[in-house]
Amino acid sequence: MELLIRNGTVFDPLNHVDGERMDIAVKDGKIVEDVSSRAEVIDASGMIVMPGGVDIHSHIAGSKVNTGRLMRPEDHYRDYEFRRPQRRAGVGHSIPSTYTTGYRYAEMGYTTVFEPATPPLKARHTHEELNEIPMIDKGCFTLLGNNWFIMDYLREGRIEECKGFVAWMLEATKGYAVKLVNPGGVEAWGWGRYIIGLDDPVPRFEITPREIVEGLCRINSMLRLPHPIHVHTNNMARVGNYETTIATMETVADQASGSPRNIHVTHVQFTGRKGSSWVNVRSGAEEISSYVNRRGHAELDIGQIIFGDTTTMTADGSFQYLLHILSGNKWANADVEVETGAGVVPYTYRRSNYVNAIQWGIGLELALLIEDPWRIHMTTDHPNGGPFTEYPRVIAWLMSRKARDKTLSKINKTARRRLILPGIDREYTLSEIAILTRAATAKSLGLTDKGHLGVGADADIAIYAMDVEKVDPSKEYRLLRRAFRRTAYTIKEGEIVVKDGEIVKTVFGRTFWVKPWVKGDLMERVKEDVRERFEEYYTVRFGNYPIPDSYLRRPQVIRAGG
Amino acid sequence: MGLILKLKRSLRVPLDTSPLTPDNLNGRPLDEIYRLELWEGNRKTPLGDIFKIEEVDGGDLTIEGDLSKARRIGYMMKSGRIKVEGDAGLYVGEAMRGGEITVEGDAGAWLGSRMSGGKITVEGDAGDFVGSSYRGSREGMKGGVIKIKGDAGDEVGCWMRGGLIWIDGGVGCFPGIHMVDGVIFIGGDCQGRAGAEMTGGKVIIQGYLPTVLPSFRTSEVRGKVKVDDTSIQGPFYVFEGDLNEGGSGKLFVNIGRNSHIAWCERLIGEVE
Repeated sequence: MELLIRNGTVFDPLNHVDGERMDIAVKDGKIVEDVSSRAEVIDASGMIVMPGGVDIHSHIAGSKVNTGRLMRPEDHYRDYEFRRPQRRAGVGHSIPSTYTTGYRYAEMGYTTVFEPATPPLKARHTHEELNEIPMIDKGCFTLLGNNWFIMDYLREGRIEECKGFVAWMLEATKGYAVKLVNPGGVEAWGWGRYIIGLDDPVPRFEITPREIVEGLCRINSMLRLPHPIHVHTNNMARVGNYETTIATMETVADQASGSPRNIHVTHVQFTGRKGSSWVNVRSGAEEISSYVNRRGHAELDIGQIIFGDTTTMTADGSFQYLLHILSGNKWANADVEVETGAGVVPYTYRRSNYVNAIQWGIGLELALLIEDPWRIHMTTDHPNGGPFTEYPRVIAWLMSRKARDKTLSKINKTARRRLILPGIDREYTLSEIAILTRAATAKSLGLTDKGHLGVGADADIAIYAMDVEKVDPSKEYRLLRRAFRRTAYTIKEGEIVVKDGEIVKTVFGRTFWVKPWVKGDLMERVKEDVRERFEEYYTVRFGNYPIPDSYLRRPQVIRAGG
Repeated sequence: MGLILKLKRSLRVPLDTSPLTPDNLNGRPLDEIYRLELWEGNRKTPLGDIFKIEEVDGGDLTIEGDLSKARRIGYMMKSGRIKVEGDAGLYVGEAMRGGEITVEGDAGAWLGSRMSGGKITVEGDAGDFVGSSYRGSREGMKGGVIKIKGDAGDEVGCWMRGGLIWIDGGVGCFPGIHMVDGVIFIGGDCQGRAGAEMTGGKVIIQGYLPTVLPSFRTSEVRGKVKVDDTSIQGPFYVFEGDLNEGGSGKLFVNIGRNSHIAWCERLIGEVE
């Protein structure tokens, strides 16, 4: 199968292509130099050609996502899709059904998405759902920040065994990266305590969040995993948590000598609050961005909020409990045996609400104040900040001061006065948007065949119907938004799957997982070491815990090790 | 121009009648109305295949026949009048904002759910969840009037936030559950658990109520209570709650029919 995309305006930052008119040739699912005359031709003149979008942080599958679906019939009520040729029926809004998730990502030109919080015990469920999400390549991050075995190993200083355990966990759960959610804090909350600073001890484990973050960061680089540790910092429930966020980055700064980046701090909007109470909460974006601008070892994603109704869900059970108390909305909570917790609470972000308006500002300020677009990723922490279907809105805010001013004019007045956002002139270029939404995320995930259009790359391509010569995104942001909402074409592994914003073919992507190699019999030793306690603590047998490769629809192993 | 729609055949599967509102039909040529497609089960059927359509003077839309399988009559309607001569199915007047609906037979569950204005009259009985929110949502009926001459089912006025529900007959369990504001009047008996988790509004029960929930405080005895311009004769025990929710909803229970709860009189004025 050959394809030739002719005359498009190409944005491919990883190959230093910035809005050049050129042809892209595709053969057998890969980008190639040239194709034969039999190739199908797509006329992309007057259109934007970018690599397929890569979403680094979006809760699309797993037990808490499904709990959210179950507890929110009202979320799906007004957003449903009938069966059509080439697509199944499904429901949408903040937690779309599996098929709808895949379709809607593809319609926006996204072709790779990572589910960022999978409790190891629930990984089977996550993979079952990922198997049923069409159109996109995917993977999941394994939650390890509150794991009893890891906390025990780190306290005892048995870093080698801990490394073996992490390697085994990734392999057993078919995970892609190490995810930490409120390290130690979820466990502490299980005992009725709150972790506020990095040095508060976790009850019964005599270990601090600092030791967990430092330990797992070290193991992450020892195992040479493709993605740095993915951290949801402590103290999300409090105002003034921007200090914890900076301290968390700082604590691994001295480990960064070998690898340029060793920590990814996620949805920083939620942990970038300054102040002492909800009444005087301010944006801590200036301080955080100044740290990131100075130090090269940390990267962030913003977790932008979108005004409207959504469903919040995180493994940070303590934060969800607070949100339930604050909002009075319904709440689901789960304790995942010896691993982690989780909570789900519906929430409506309102423009008129002071705190929500500040939160909206923090996300955008972060994106605009951090100078290096390679170290800031665009997310809404779907569905926590808002559904991923609202990405075009975020792109418009980043690219157009006019779009920002329009929203600013409608938000809470006190918040508007206290934000520095109105004074920021920066407007992203299309090339920088391509970095934020695909190139940088693919690079950060270590996916060498994604996020660019060089020869040999996967032929995942998004073509947006917007003529850069005629449309100035800074002024006509509505046209920009419309173009990014539905692609003219989405190409997945060399096949046209979306045409004129409609699904024309359903394909199933691969599931990436990382298999770290460790020296000698380390992994066997660790398995022997934990087996007895495992049988004692868990409700499942040790032998039934790992997920076999055959459980995944299209597994793709990435090898790592050290 | 008004229309009379007569059901040609009995309905075997649910029929979605949400496009049939005066706002939507008025001003359309008749042949277009014949071709208007409705979902019948999982396929679309032209209106003309289901109903015999007659044009008449006046602006009313009259639907005749056994419509107990027709859903969403008057969905989101803003103005005009709909008359159903027969039974109506689920979701009559859902999310209605104005106008008037009259059902001459019985109506199904979710009558007037999420409505914010207008008036619904049911000559017969109604099902469960009258004037309630959609499942899972906290936004129930916000305004308007629902009048039921017969009985109603469980959870009348669930998450109700305004308006009036007037039921001449009795109701099932949980009238006024989660209620925030508005008034529910029940002329007949109630099966129990009135006002569970209510935080505001009024529930008036003229008939028999097995018992009052323990999370309600007995506040006073009152001779009558006013609903809009009507004064309703009591006397009533007045309870306040639901204290589990820190609520200050009011529950009026007729003394004459409920001598079995006379013990609560000695609790009046007691500080908890």
